[in-house]
Amino acid sequence: MDLFNAIIQVLDSTIRLSVPLLLACLAGLYSERAGIFDIGLEGKMLVGAFAGAASASVFHSAYIGLGMAILISVAFALIHGFASITHRGNQIVSGVAINFIAAGSTIMLGQAWFQQGGRTPALASDERFGAIIWPGADAVRSVPILGPIYSELISGHSVLVYVAFLAVPFTWWVLFRTRFGLRMRAVGENPAAVDTAGISVAWLRYRALICTGVLTGIAGAYLSMVQNGGFVKDMTAGKGYIALAALIFAKWKPVNAMFACLLFGFLDALSIRLQGTPLPLIGKVPVQLMQALPYILTVILLAGFIGKAIPPRAGGVPYVKER
Amino acid sequence: MSTPYAKLPAWADYGLIPVINLAVAFLVAGFVVLLVGENPFRAAVVLVEGAFGRGQGIAFTLFYATTFIFSGLSVAVAAHCGLFNIGGEGQGYIAGLGIGIVCLAFDSVLPWWLTFPLAIVAAAAMGALWALIPAYLQARRGSHIVITTIMFNFIAASVMVYALVGFLKPPISMAPQTRTFLEGAQLPKLNWVIELFGAKIRSAPFNVSFLLALAMAFLVWVLIWRTRLGYEMRTYGHSSKAARYAGISETRIIIVAMMISGALAGMMALNPTMGDQHNVALEFVSGAGFVGIAVALMGRLHPVGIVLAAILFGMLYQGGAELAFEMPAISRDMIVIIQGLVILFAGALEHMFRPYVQALFASLSPRSVGIEAIKGKGA
Repeated sequence: MDLFNAIIQVLDSTIRLSVPLLLACLAGLYSERAGIFDIGLEGKMLVGAFAGAASASVFHSAYIGLGMAILISVAFALIHGFASITHRGNQIVSGVAINFIAAGSTIMLGQAWFQQGGRTPALASDERFGAIIWPGADAVRSVPILGPIYSELISGHSVLVYVAFLAVPFTWWVLFRTRFGLRMRAVGENPAAVDTAGISVAWLRYRALICTGVLTGIAGAYLSMVQNGGFVKDMTAGKGYIALAALIFAKWKPVNAMFACLLFGFLDALSIRLQGTPLPLIGKVPVQLMQALPYILTVILLAGFIGKAIPPRAGGVPYVKER
Repeated sequence: MSTPYAKLPAWADYGLIPVINLAVAFLVAGFVVLLVGENPFRAAVVLVEGAFGRGQGIAFTLFYATTFIFSGLSVAVAAHCGLFNIGGEGQGYIAGLGIGIVCLAFDSVLPWWLTFPLAIVAAAAMGALWALIPAYLQARRGSHIVITTIMFNFIAASVMVYALVGFLKPPISMAPQTRTFLEGAQLPKLNWVIELFGAKIRSAPFNVSFLLALAMAFLVWVLIWRTRLGYEMRTYGHSSKAARYAGISETRIIIVAMMISGALAGMMALNPTMGDQHNVALEFVSGAGFVGIAVALMGRLHPVGIVLAAILFGMLYQGGAELAFEMPAISRDMIVIIQGLVILFAGALEHMFRPYVQALFASLSPRSVGIEAIKGKGA
């Protein structure tokens, strides 16, 4: 029973840890499917986290916080679009720039506005997204096996967790069942064909980037308003890059993305749980190995040893009309 | 891929446009200063005075510039071959492992002028090795070098934590860093050069690795513009198809370019470890690898430009420290914002002002922009 409880706990933290990855990963999916590489997921999450926590604490409302997080994150996505779509700049360079601007400005503005060493004030419980207890969760807690699964794993998360997981089928539906999704995939594979059909490549790509901004904004809000009660400098800590890795791991497909993020979240949860405890057969696993595992797995996948990851064909190439 | 823009005179292309881009970046940075309620003009004065006002400041500026010359060159060499090496951070970090082992082994027996070459070789070798795997994967398996080098940055961070905690730190110490290097692994200072001009320096970590950086800048110039290998690299960078047609081995050129780039990134670790802190500590690279991207873009991938851009960024780092001291509302993170803005305007948006400059040149003297040549394209 102890083992079972331990497993439930690890799975519960797996869900919590994989939500920001999942949101960022789906965000990346929109832009990369439309042919725009986005190294700047990290930065957009960070500004989202900052804007969310800062405005939630100023306006005393979690929903205003979420709205601001999305707004600012979309603004940054549009800067990326302005550089890489309108001015046909290098998309990777632009993404790197966004990460820098985000990292610097969140700390500096945070320090200038709140004077807490780059933090935002700790959020009160009504300024955060609290846990939603599902009906009957407490009643069934004592039921063996199923009880804890229902009350710990399924119930008791914040609304953003459910949003993240619902975004997966929604993204699948948008991508594979709507006209917008079809065109978006087409623009990522062969923009010239889309252009010939009389559809604006730039506007399509801008719309994809807006979707990206919305999702990274929610991811940021989750970090600073659910996982943590306020903004802490550099709180994304490479999650944007892990999300990018997960996106490649998922071969740019939404459902795969969910499993990839759950896997990376699980590795993270496990490494926290196993800190210092020896495993049977393998012995003591260094924490650093567990932390590096998502990156190592992605490199192995990229090397083509576990299937082949083929990115959208027009990814990273600015579209030049009439040539 | 050819640029869809008409040509400008060289001095405008390499001088005017970067200056305009830089000016816009600083203008936006000025707005940020305004946003936190400080005077941007006073901030600029404090920044420049902090960097160049006294001998002490100049020495620190050049100390920071040393690291950035290496990381800028690293990005530039790869970029000439059409590769975006975003992994300088990790390659520099992992080079600390090589430096640490060499210094801990030899600092008690050899003088610095023998330890230094050994450490250079170790650092370059580790950096090159760390770039080798992404290069091989790009060349042979077609995995995107940007993604793999990012992943290797994170893997390097994990390896270094493991190495520092596991065996590099002295057993009795808690801090994850090596013991302080002895005399034999401490690079001599160059502060006396600045003092020759009459400036006074209390203590600054400006050291001989600056000379190594200048030598490397020269060697990179020779490599890129005066050797067959450099020619092949540039050919591949311009058009991989043309390179293949010319019989240049794709695998070889990618791997060689990335290993040179990695070696240069590795050498950037010499300055902060042997030149300043006299140990190898956690996170000692602290973003210098990424600064290299900004430096290389600013310097337009030319060693002379890179040295100048590195000094500019050294100035920002040193002046930024003074600024944070003088104006409490501005923290050192201002530099990170400026860095980002420079990368945005000098890199991603480098063509934004080009049409206007072109229009200006065309109205002044049509021949300078080759108007006849582009008329046919309907421009």
